[in-house]
Amino acid sequence: MPLDDNFQLDSKIPSGPLAEKWDQHKFDIKLVNPANKRKYEIIVIGTGLAGASASASLAELGYNVRAFCFQDSARRAHSIAAQGGINAAKNYQNDGDSVYRLFYDTVKGGDYRSREANVYRLSQVSVNIIDQAVAQGVPFAREYGGLLSNRSFGGAQVSRTFYAKGQTGQQLLLGAYSALSRQVAAGKVTLHTREEMLDVVIVDGKACGVVTRNLISGEIKSYSAHAVVLASGGYGNVFYLSTNAMGSNVTAAWKAHRKGALFANPCFTQIHPTCIPVSGHYQSKLTLMSESLRNDGRVWVPKDIAVSEKLRKKEMRPRDVAEADRDYYLERKYPSFGNLVPRDVASRNAKDVCDEGRGVGKTGLAVFLDFSDAINRDGRDVIEAKYGNLFDMYKQITGENPYETPMMIYPAVHYTMGGLWVDYNLMTTVPGLYALGECNFSDHGANRLGASALMQGLADGYFVIPYTIGDYLARQPYKKVSADHQAFKEAEKGVKDSIDQLLNMKGERSVDDFHRELGKIMWDYCGMSRTAEGLTKARQMVKDLKVEFEKNLKVIGSADELNQTLEKALRVKDFFELAELMIVDAFERNESCGGHFREEYQTPDGEALRDDENYRYVAAWEYLGEGKDEKLHKEDLDFEYVKLTQRSYK
Amino acid sequence: MKFTLKIWRQAGANQSGELKTYEIDNISSDMSFLEMLDVLNENLVQKGEDPVHFDHDCREGICGMCSLYINGRAHGPQRAITTCQLHMRSFNDGDTIVIEPWRAKAFPVVKDLVVDRSAFDRIIQAGGFVSVDTGGVPDANLIPIPKDTASEAMDAATCIGCGACVATCKNASAMLFVSAKVSQLAMLPQGQVERYSRVEKMVAQMDEEGFGSCTNTYACEAECPKEISVTNIARMNAEYLKSKFTSSDSFAGKS
Repeated sequence: MPLDDNFQLDSKIPSGPLAEKWDQHKFDIKLVNPANKRKYEIIVIGTGLAGASASASLAELGYNVRAFCFQDSARRAHSIAAQGGINAAKNYQNDGDSVYRLFYDTVKGGDYRSREANVYRLSQVSVNIIDQAVAQGVPFAREYGGLLSNRSFGGAQVSRTFYAKGQTGQQLLLGAYSALSRQVAAGKVTLHTREEMLDVVIVDGKACGVVTRNLISGEIKSYSAHAVVLASGGYGNVFYLSTNAMGSNVTAAWKAHRKGALFANPCFTQIHPTCIPVSGHYQSKLTLMSESLRNDGRVWVPKDIAVSEKLRKKEMRPRDVAEADRDYYLERKYPSFGNLVPRDVASRNAKDVCDEGRGVGKTGLAVFLDFSDAINRDGRDVIEAKYGNLFDMYKQITGENPYETPMMIYPAVHYTMGGLWVDYNLMTTVPGLYALGECNFSDHGANRLGASALMQGLADGYFVIPYTIGDYLARQPYKKVSADHQAFKEAEKGVKDSIDQLLNMKGERSVDDFHRELGKIMWDYCGMSRTAEGLTKARQMVKDLKVEFEKNLKVIGSADELNQTLEKALRVKDFFELAELMIVDAFERNESCGGHFREEYQTPDGEALRDDENYRYVAAWEYLGEGKDEKLHKEDLDFEYVKLTQRSYK
Repeated sequence: MKFTLKIWRQAGANQSGELKTYEIDNISSDMSFLEMLDVLNENLVQKGEDPVHFDHDCREGICGMCSLYINGRAHGPQRAITTCQLHMRSFNDGDTIVIEPWRAKAFPVVKDLVVDRSAFDRIIQAGGFVSVDTGGVPDANLIPIPKDTASEAMDAATCIGCGACVATCKNASAMLFVSAKVSQLAMLPQGQVERYSRVEKMVAQMDEEGFGSCTNTYACEAECPKEISVTNIARMNAEYLKSKFTSSDSFAGKS
């Protein structure tokens, strides 16, 4: 049902001074009596950092939780793959960090397109996350004195990143998974693995359950609850090639969007600068190399196109390029941040030098990340201790040894800052429907800083939703809507119909084939740089391809068995709709900011040129029906504390 | 490159399976093993045949979802990697490659190469955690931990729960998996309170799931993609023994 004409987005940001908002809000919101919590049931979709931490924390409080993941175990959610670290304003290093500085850096890093109040809260609770993880037994790196070790990461001028080798996401997720497992054993969480949410059900305007498909048996089932929490991750796989896991998808968020939850800033995607370059058509995913590598590696390409050509043809080795013939372009252009400029800046510069023809590698779409100076300075042992596992991984994938020859890297889609619009309580525009972690849009603006995704996922799950959901539940009756309600029957029918449609099409082309083509369109026209002209063209291309997808798709097998092609087809179907919205959003935003770079809007020296006067808002899109243009709602962003400046890393 | 693939096909848990032979051509040596299977599946779909089902997700060696017994070895011929990190350059042109699912009573086949590893989750649920609720925990630096201890705990914690240790063990023992978690928490100060009840509960659950006993062949360590050391098994045995000499009632969570 479309929103009425008077609808106004209400971010519900508490009044009062920034530093007191969260504390005051926690006091002001309603509580559910401990004895009454067991009368409420909450559905959580996804078991990554946000989902697992939310499920565990809500169950500990006494709520009954039903959690779902499509993987065979909750421990496999894609948060597991995060390498570098997690930020927290502990100031353990005595180097001038503070909650305010982390807040400031995050707002600035996000190119002033995030909400001050949310980001401040994120910075506040960041310190609790570290305490929680350590208490769970997460083995963070330590110094000889036994205290926690920190490193500087991704554009930060203080050392506030906690890490566990290059496997920080794994260790934090296993911590949250262990807390979740404990609640499963206690009977407070019912965990459904290999079961995917395919619709959200709304009765009387409130989210009251979901419809799922059991991926083993194919059974379509309804579950009702008092509230639904989506923690289903980001949508980077719309690009086909990304650093996301193969199964990562937008389906849960998109179904919510179709049922009335506004989708915010869909065009804000993050392209990570340090990934292993594409090697061929068959490529199924891209592998990230942690950007901590930029602490010691120096990024360069040859100054001269002719030298690059020789390198591409392997007529010359990288180490034979004389120092004077190398362009350490990040150090040259950004002397104060050098190789540590934020991700969007590093990515765009890599694209620029490759577009100039100075790229290396067999495709010319790569730049060097060179450790020879660091190895000469610190010794191979020191570099190996810091990055050994990453170097091994690189060698395994490329067959080249980065101790002897520079690594080659190129940007790849990594994270999506956009997502479901949520208010300060993390509730979407549908009452009772929440979105956490990468699934929502709220904290990273137009660009996420390194080591902030883990922080946000866990902040939302451990320390925000346990408070804010009570404010909603306290107003709900104990009796939940029955899963036999007509709305569930209709949703089940819708799911079954769309499955039948895919299976009965019996076309010619495979899902992967369509997905690959869709991804290429998105990467070429809605990737690292965008133009109005390109976006217009891309929109039509996506529409045309979607028409073909709906006629010419070939899915083998049946609905009532494990059918991985059917699973994929259902996900790609949603990517098609999302892709068009991303293009529309990118077209509408006539400015460059963070990861959204419109070629028409740049400074004379090629940096992103924001238009704060006209675009200092969150673009929140309303779904109006199949094939109809979505409607734009705007949430104006007020900056009371951070002064808007052009980001400069020079 | 060109290969002959012999792949285990099994339509469902209660059906019988068999090795089927497929020929595949035009494979690049830079392809990953799973990308090679993607190509095979693409060909099968074009021919209207059911693609080979296999588990996979992150494709960068950390989620633990991929499995596969390749030419008689868990995760294939290379050391210290998962199947998704294996590249075709590790094979010779013209090779015959035999691909089977994990084989263990506690890991029943779901379909083709997909198995059910939920037994691992139930072992963790039995006690693989520190019983702390969210909030109310001390400042992280109030718990100093010697660097060596932290890094040894990290080495154990690095387990990805893929099940290669079970699949490769002639007894289908889960001792390496269980001991990795027991060790991590037994070494750290945070794990002390429940140290002995934890090992008892996890071992009991491991036995209940139908995993075999350990006879110290160390095949698990040799095939573990994360090189988890069998020292952890020795440590778990010691922990288990010690738990029998302790008054277990004094530990939290013990009924």
